Amino acid sequence: MSHAASSTMTGRTASGRRSGSLTQPRVRWGEKLGESLLFLAAASSVIITVGIVGILLYESGAFFRHVPLKDFLTQREWTPLFADAKFGILPLVAGTLVTTTIALLVAVPVGTIVSVWLSEYAPRRVREWVKPALELLSAVPTVVYGYFALLLVIPALQWLLAKFFSYDLAGSNMLGAGLVMGIMIVPYVASLSEDAMRAVPQSLREGAYAMGATRLQTAWKVVFPASISGVTAAYILAISRALGETMVVAIAAGNRPTLTANPLEPAQTITAFIVQVSLGDLPHDSIGYQSIFAAGLTLMLMTLVFNIAGFYLRRRFREAY
Amino acid sequence: MAGPNAMTMSLITRRRRLDVLFAFVGALLVVLCLGVLALLVGDLVRDASTRFEWSFFTNYPSRKPEQAGIKSPLVGTILVMLVTACTAIPLGVAAGVYLEEYARKNWFTNIIEINIANLAGVPSIIWGLMALGIFIYQFESWFGSPNDTTSGLGRSVLTAGLTLGLLVLPIIIVATRESIRAIPQGIREASFACGASRLETVRYHVLPYSLPGVLTGCIIAMSRAIGETAPLVTIGALSYVAFLPPLPGSPIKDMDGVVTGHAGLFDWLHSGFTVLPIQMFNWVSRPDTRFLANAAAAGLLLLAVTLVMNGVAIILRNRMRRSIQW
Repeated sequence: MSHAASSTMTGRTASGRRSGSLTQPRVRWGEKLGESLLFLAAASSVIITVGIVGILLYESGAFFRHVPLKDFLTQREWTPLFADAKFGILPLVAGTLVTTTIALLVAVPVGTIVSVWLSEYAPRRVREWVKPALELLSAVPTVVYGYFALLLVIPALQWLLAKFFSYDLAGSNMLGAGLVMGIMIVPYVASLSEDAMRAVPQSLREGAYAMGATRLQTAWKVVFPASISGVTAAYILAISRALGETMVVAIAAGNRPTLTANPLEPAQTITAFIVQVSLGDLPHDSIGYQSIFAAGLTLMLMTLVFNIAGFYLRRRFREAY
Repeated sequence: MAGPNAMTMSLITRRRRLDVLFAFVGALLVVLCLGVLALLVGDLVRDASTRFEWSFFTNYPSRKPEQAGIKSPLVGTILVMLVTACTAIPLGVAAGVYLEEYARKNWFTNIIEINIANLAGVPSIIWGLMALGIFIYQFESWFGSPNDTTSGLGRSVLTAGLTLGLLVLPIIIVATRESIRAIPQGIREASFACGASRLETVRYHVLPYSLPGVLTGCIIAMSRAIGETAPLVTIGALSYVAFLPPLPGSPIKDMDGVVTGHAGLFDWLHSGFTVLPIQMFNWVSRPDTRFLANAAAAGLLLLAVTLVMNGVAIILRNRMRRSIQW
């Protein structure tokens, strides 16, 4: 409803014709319409979620009509596209967990140390420059990281292992992919943890310093425990990112479903399997097509489990001020 | 008394040393992380150096690595981003405005809020599955008739743009909300006091003041969408495209080159497509290593675009922080 329109209405009221009662507010249809449109936009996010969950369950349902849940969870081979198809999700889950673990072994220590350093040690000007610069690291497209893993990191690892351990490393493996994923996730951990640490009240630090603590003691024994809720949230986000990361593992992890916990071997993750199948041309309603939805559902459930665990951990350790 | 005192002193010295050591380790790790970024850029520049030529931009992908170019993926990326922006920005800003300015505190608002936080954490490949299952196949079975199988959205520019638009929607909603929340309540009250309605207050006060923040969010969202590969692989982006989506009004020729009609205004939306990250992925995964130089060049372009977009967003954010003091 524009200004011009409302002044016309006032004019009519003044001239006596079409006078609205002053006690009864006029219904402003423009306002109503605007609000409804805005509401629809907000509600669309719920529709999207219903869509995602719905289609995963629907296509997985078709999948599980062919494949017993017991086979899916216990068989040790995953070959859905072979003539002699086997549908054990374990190799894909193993691949996903191994690459995620390697990524976290890089991202959590490095990210935490960087965040403590940024929050407790770095001068303000340095922090203002370094934090956005680190965020650039997380803005790099993942397919570029895949290239980096395949053509720089893995050759470097091959060289190192051959030189010092005389080990012949495969040209694509989980270690290289996991390491690069770790680097990719560092900024998430660092940035979110740093936000959490900076939110810790200054008085806590001053209390620690007054007791004669060094910066390091203050950081690890006062600030870090006080910010643990936010830091855990950062770790959970890191886990979600690592579980769902696709292009790095699709390019560099080897793309062969193998049930192994050895990071030096090539393997396939859930996400990489979905990419591999999508690259081919699978007919709709085939078991291969349905299998990518079952794999996707498994991935969603894994992410969900970690998020719920994180939620309870955060509640358990939350310190409120 | 000398004993304990000396012990205390050595304890203090040790703590101090640890403190200095940590300061050093922290700084080293930061430098290492930034070093990785530099290494990444350096590696791409080195590998791509043979492809720094104009024909790389004007040639279609080819079986011959030295002739292959990025004409079709580049146009594809631009068109897909256009659809993404047209979907995500209006929807995201509207949702953000609703949640901050209109929403009452009730169970439905709660659900929406929790839901948006969760959507932001959904792996991108799952968005691809959603698009494949719903936009491509379910739409076809819902709206398609037996003699018309093209009624789904198909593996098109439109599907790709919509998918990426929904994927980055949470980023824009969160940015919009944060930016609106920073506007003092007094501004709204002043506007109401002058007789403005809620919608007018949003239109003339809330939106203009939150614009820099919203813009930052949009740029970050677009830079995320440009580099997104996995969901587009899932919905079947093509890996070899030797044509451009039809320009509105351009002649359509049949096999003998006879003009049979003209492309409609929106025909390009239904065209098959490829985008830069897909093309790069295709070149990386080929057994023929001569294509790697092409992959590096495409990656470099992609990296440059995302870094510039993020750089602009950071500068915008810093400016805003400095210039607006409520």
